[in-house]
Amino acid sequence: MSRIGVFVCYCGENIGRTVNCSEVTQRAAKLRDVVYSVDYKYMCSDPGQQIIKDAIKKYNLNGIVVASCSPLMHEKTFRHAVVEAGLNPFLCELANIREHCSWVHDDKRNATDKALDLIRMMVEKVKKNLPLDTIKIPVTRRALVIGGGVAGIQAALDIADGGKEVVMVEKSPSIGGHMAQLSETFPTLDCSQCILTPKMVDVNSHKNIKLYTYSEIENVKGYIGNFEITIRKKTRYVDDSICNGCGICIEKCPQKKINSEFNTNLGTRKAIYVPFPQAVPNIPVIDKENCTYFKNGKCKVCEKFCDRNAIKFEQTDEFIKENVGAIVVATGFDLYSIEKERSDNYQGYGEYGYGKDPDIINSLQFERLLSASGPTLGEVTRPSDGKIPETVVFIQCVGSRDKSKGIEFCSKICCMYTAKHTMLYKHKVHNGKAFVFYMDIRAAGKNYDEFVRRAIEEDEAIYLRGRVSRIYREKDKLIVKGADTLIGKQVEIAADLVVLATAMLPQKDTVPFAQKLGIGYDKYHFLSEAHPKLKPIETNTAGIFLAGACQAPKDIPEAVAQASAAASKVLGLCSNDQLEREPYVAYVNESSCIGCEFCLQSCTYSAIENKSIVNSKGELVKKVAYVNKGVCQGCGTCVSICRSKSIDLAGYTDEQIYSEINSMFV
Amino acid sequence: MKRKLETQITLNTLIDSFSNEIKTLSKVNAYECYQCGKCTAGCSVGDFLEETPNQMMRLIQLNLRDEALNSKTPFLCATCNTCTARCPMDIDIAKVMETIRILSEKEKKKNVKEVSKFSKIFLDSIKNHGRLFELGLTARFNIENKTPFKDSELAPSLIFKGKLSLLPQKIKNRKRIKKIFDNSINEKKGVE
Repeated sequence: MSRIGVFVCYCGENIGRTVNCSEVTQRAAKLRDVVYSVDYKYMCSDPGQQIIKDAIKKYNLNGIVVASCSPLMHEKTFRHAVVEAGLNPFLCELANIREHCSWVHDDKRNATDKALDLIRMMVEKVKKNLPLDTIKIPVTRRALVIGGGVAGIQAALDIADGGKEVVMVEKSPSIGGHMAQLSETFPTLDCSQCILTPKMVDVNSHKNIKLYTYSEIENVKGYIGNFEITIRKKTRYVDDSICNGCGICIEKCPQKKINSEFNTNLGTRKAIYVPFPQAVPNIPVIDKENCTYFKNGKCKVCEKFCDRNAIKFEQTDEFIKENVGAIVVATGFDLYSIEKERSDNYQGYGEYGYGKDPDIINSLQFERLLSASGPTLGEVTRPSDGKIPETVVFIQCVGSRDKSKGIEFCSKICCMYTAKHTMLYKHKVHNGKAFVFYMDIRAAGKNYDEFVRRAIEEDEAIYLRGRVSRIYREKDKLIVKGADTLIGKQVEIAADLVVLATAMLPQKDTVPFAQKLGIGYDKYHFLSEAHPKLKPIETNTAGIFLAGACQAPKDIPEAVAQASAAASKVLGLCSNDQLEREPYVAYVNESSCIGCEFCLQSCTYSAIENKSIVNSKGELVKKVAYVNKGVCQGCGTCVSICRSKSIDLAGYTDEQIYSEINSMFV
Repeated sequence: MKRKLETQITLNTLIDSFSNEIKTLSKVNAYECYQCGKCTAGCSVGDFLEETPNQMMRLIQLNLRDEALNSKTPFLCATCNTCTARCPMDIDIAKVMETIRILSEKEKKKNVKEVSKFSKIFLDSIKNHGRLFELGLTARFNIENKTPFKDSELAPSLIFKGKLSLLPQKIKNRKRIKKIFDNSINEKKGVE
């Protein structure tokens, strides 16, 4: 015999404005099996919860319906209250009369009727509710960090310092990411490498961190607490256990003129190389595509000179399996290219010559020109002829905030780094003139606006408010045609060098990667957080967290802060042996299951397996479906596809759903 | 020198519906413009403008109808469409200019007089001769504007270089040209 209590909340004015709550309460009291019904201004408040607790004891209730907001908001609150009164938490259900009723309707009469309908459905459902127990799943207390940029490094170090093991996977031969390419950082002008390399060294030497560079994620299986990762360790053709990084192989390699990716194609490297001097680990990689031996079948100069015999031309890709409980994704960003090559979504800039002119460079290239470890050893020269540029034009918002080119967002950091560029340029070329075309200066941050003002006031950067319509070459000079909208005149500047502050985009292969992990991404392929305000670190897949610019454009302090936040989430997860989760999973009636395996194929989470039933003699009786409770997400696909109706979803059984629907036609 | 803004920006002008009028006529939402100035940067007649293209868009955003309709910019606009092609927000600025031209022509704003006078004389010349008779056009335009000797110092060198002929050069089949004119006038009447 069900004894149901209905508790109607006004939510201040939120519900009370459009739903006549006292009428709803009175009519709810007349529903069959409802023995008590009451309304209150804020049911979620302490006194409100007390009303529920008291009523459970006084009327000996065995089913609770709270008519209030979305279960996403206060289901936990009310279930907690119910537990305190000695009832199973899963006997309490919420009828959503706020988001599903009062907020979306104007008419009070109809809204009130609808609220009662919603309550009636929930009353019918809760009658069929069974007491359930939360599911406990074990946790592997280790973490995986994907990406070895500053965000990944910070997250890995924080987790490792917290005493948990970390596996770090980096795609390129060295960790460091884009930050290692920068010259100096705003707004303090610290040398980027000087503040980053100590952290890189820490990662390499930390006893809790296992570093895989030149490796990629091949496959991800499992679920929160129990991920199984397959890592593809790409072949370096150098045995990292033997190599001591002496560098003789690099010195002797005859292939010299290969564009250096680290130097953004402004400098060259050899076919066997270390991306940059402070690389971690300091172990060279052979570039198979450009190596003379792989192209012509002979050379092996590096092998001859290596006195430790570390060069292994016969090496192949290695696959390594790692078990972890949580994943931090820190795959970082890439710059928008003004060339045509990108996908259909992005058009490139024809008016800026599609990047064909060598003297139109992007900001990362300019960073390399400024950097002491760069291709010019810190001297600012033009890529075309090596002359020192006397007039440099910086253009902001290239790609960013440009709907016609496919990107509508603001890349956030360009205002700051362009101001930094003008300063560093002025410090190196004293008679140089820096012009900046900007639309708005967005320098929100500690000491940021002061920094931009310094560029304008002290370092004499001339800021022109307007976009540039066209850049074309006239002999030695690049003619930049822009406008100053503040005086309403056209501006034409003959520049030696043009630096484009191009938009920040996520790494190119983010989509297949995100699909591998089962996490969401937006239309620009930035990875999606679970909630823009309250869950900015989490993804929609439990146990996977985000850090850095893979989620949205970010500067270094923000990326580091988010990385630390992700690390704290991971440490929180790894502090328990077991995880509790809601018991809304599918269960199989083994006696009626016919073992057709339809459910196996339909399950998107691979949560269903085969199970053999044997008799006492050990003979196989039949095969049935078996649901892994840790993996099942309770989506219900298997329930709808089952031909023998042998599989059902706890908490949302067919019976419950049918009685909800039937109650609508009373 | 810049023309001074004649209309005061007041609450009334700000909530006026000129921007809506433009939206209905040209299907352009002026509020999409974020005043980056890329249209101005590439404008082929930018040197001669009092109000730059982005300022024209601003006048629409502020609903300054008289200012916009009295501006010479739309009449100096060469409709080269560079602004439209380069606009990061995909706004058809050239179409906005055309819309404003039509509106000020209809309301016979003062800036239009000499431009429409020029257009009329230009078309007359073509109607009569089948091609442009430059000297006749200049003379008539100057006389009607009561500035008979304007730019006359350029005439000798132009004549000397053969750029300006003293007599109109007529084409053979002038009747067909006339027919084109008649047809287009009839068509226009039909539409109205």
